[in-house]
Amino acid sequence: MSITIDTATQQIALDEVPLSQRGPAPQRVVAGFGFWLFLLSDIIIFSALFAAYAVLNDQTNGGPGAIELFNKRHVFIETACLLASSFTCGMMVISVDRRSAPSTYFWALLTLLLGLAFLRLEVSEFSDMVLHGAGPSRSAFLSSFFTLVGTHGLHVTAGACWLLVMMAQVATLGFRPMVMRRMLCFSLFWHALDIVWIGVFTVVYLGAHG
Amino acid sequence: MNTTANIVAEDRAPGAHQTGRDRLRSYVIGFVLAVVLTVASFAASSSSAVWGPSIPVLLGVLAIAQMGVHLVFFLHISSAPDSTNNILALAFGIFVVGLVIFGSMIIVSNLNHNMMPMDQLLQMQR
Repeated sequence: MSITIDTATQQIALDEVPLSQRGPAPQRVVAGFGFWLFLLSDIIIFSALFAAYAVLNDQTNGGPGAIELFNKRHVFIETACLLASSFTCGMMVISVDRRSAPSTYFWALLTLLLGLAFLRLEVSEFSDMVLHGAGPSRSAFLSSFFTLVGTHGLHVTAGACWLLVMMAQVATLGFRPMVMRRMLCFSLFWHALDIVWIGVFTVVYLGAHG
Repeated sequence: MNTTANIVAEDRAPGAHQTGRDRLRSYVIGFVLAVVLTVASFAASSSSAVWGPSIPVLLGVLAIAQMGVHLVFFLHISSAPDSTNNILALAFGIFVVGLVIFGSMIIVSNLNHNMMPMDQLLQMQR
C-alpha cells in the first residue's frame, strides 16, 4: 500500500474536515476567545452597576437630580473623545499587523491622548459636582452615579496604563507573536469600554433629559 | 477544483475581514456609522420633532444599534467559523446582562409599589 501525499488534495481534505475535528485553533484565536470571556464578565459587572443606577435613579433624597447636574455639551465632547480613540485604536491594530513601528507609535499616542482627554473631562466634572455639594455621599442616586461612571473611568485609566506598557514592549521586544496577541487583546478591551460608554451616555446622561 | 476553492475563499461570512484593506474599510465604515448614531441620539434626546414619551425608546434603539455597530466593525464579531465560540459566549453574556438589569428593575418597582407611602410609615413609627 503506497501513500502519495499531494499537498493540494491534502489542503482540500482539510477544508472538508468538520471544524470540531480540526485540532487546536491558532493561538491568536484562542487568546482572543479567552479575553472575550473576560470582557463579557466585565460587562456583567457593569450590568449590575447599571441595574443599581436604574433602580436608584430617582432617590435623590432632596438633593440635586440628574437634570440639574448634567451638561449635555460636556458629555458630547467626552463621547467624541472616546469614539475617536476607538477609531485610532483600530488604526493602531492595522499598523501592528503591518509590523510598522512608527505608525503604531503614532496611532497609540493619539489613542492615549484622546483617552487622557476623556479622563481629564471626567475628573473635572466629578470635582465640580463634589465642590457643589453633590458628592457620592449626598444621595443614593449620586452614590450609584459615581460608582457606575467612576468604574468606567477606572477602566479607561487601566487601559491607558496598559497601552503605555504595550508601547514599552513593542520598543523592547518588537513585533513578536506574543506582543501582537497582547495588542489585539488591548484593542478588544478599548472597544469594549466604548460599548459600555454607549450605555452610560444613553442611560445616565441622555436618559435624564429625554 | 481551483474555481471551487476560489468561490469558497470569496464566500466568507459577513464581517470576517481578512486583508489589511478590508479591515481599514471596516473601521472607517464603523466609525462613520457610530458618529451618525451618536449624533442622532444626542439630537433625539432634546428634539421636539419626536413625540416626547417615545424618546426613551428611540434612545434605547439607537444605543443598541450603535453597540451592534461596535461589535461588528470594531470587535469583528462575525459569523465566521473562527468566532463561533465568541458568538455563543456573547449570546450568554447578553442573556445574563438582560436578566440582571431588567430583573432588578422589575423586582424593585414591584417592591416600591407594595411599600407603604413614606408619610404613613413615619406616622406608624411615632
